[in-house]
Amino acid sequence: MAIEVRIPTILRTYTGGAKSVEGSGDTLGDLFADLDARHGGLRDRLVDDTGLRRFVNVYLNDEDVRFIGGLSAPIRDGDTVTVLPAVAGGSR
Amino acid sequence: MSRPVTLAGMLTMSAELRDAIVAHARADHPDEACGVIAGPAGSGRPERLIPMLNAERSPTFYRFDSLEQLRIWRDMDDRDEEPVVMYHSHTATGAYPSRTDISYASEPGAHYVLVSTRDPDEVEFRSFRITDGVVTEEEVVIAPLPGTGAE
Repeated sequence: MAIEVRIPTILRTYTGGAKSVEGSGDTLGDLFADLDARHGGLRDRLVDDTGLRRFVNVYLNDEDVRFIGGLSAPIRDGDTVTVLPAVAGGSR
Repeated sequence: MSRPVTLAGMLTMSAELRDAIVAHARADHPDEACGVIAGPAGSGRPERLIPMLNAERSPTFYRFDSLEQLRIWRDMDDRDEEPVVMYHSHTATGAYPSRTDISYASEPGAHYVLVSTRDPDEVEFRSFRITDGVVTEEEVVIAPLPGTGAE
């Protein structure tokens, strides 16, 4: 099983500049743990002790994983995971 | 002989795009307006305006809808583009990145354009680089981009 994980510009320091890396796991949480073994520190940018970090968007194929179980979302062969930092801000 | 469109410390954009950003900010006032200008990857050329919905619909906060963002980012990737300008408006404060803006800035290569619509007659329009939590203002040059035949 090799899942393609697309990495945003700001996190490519963890992947040696690669736009996309591969990993495996039965759930998104497992996949992130697997990635962290080869790209140390990456998981910490995606997950905190409450689960998925609030202003990071993670998509499983075309869906936002927040709506399909977050870190427990099941991963299947052929799936693509995309990470994008949420775009937000405000006047304060 | 060509020269880079955006030098360290400068954002060049066309009057049409600047006017479109200001019109978007005015139209959404008092909610904050937000959007992107895409350009060919690596070129630094702001070319294609993509106004975004402020999913927060707030006078003090903005946020891209996550699925809309995926669609837009995938589309840029398909076109070999990247976000050159990330813009948003402040409706009661000045056109300067707030602490919130700085903490969420996550496109290190982009120009962050801030517009303020706090004054009904005079709009403020400024551009900044935000990298590793550091804000650096840059000059905004309103002019046709080189190579567009309008110089």
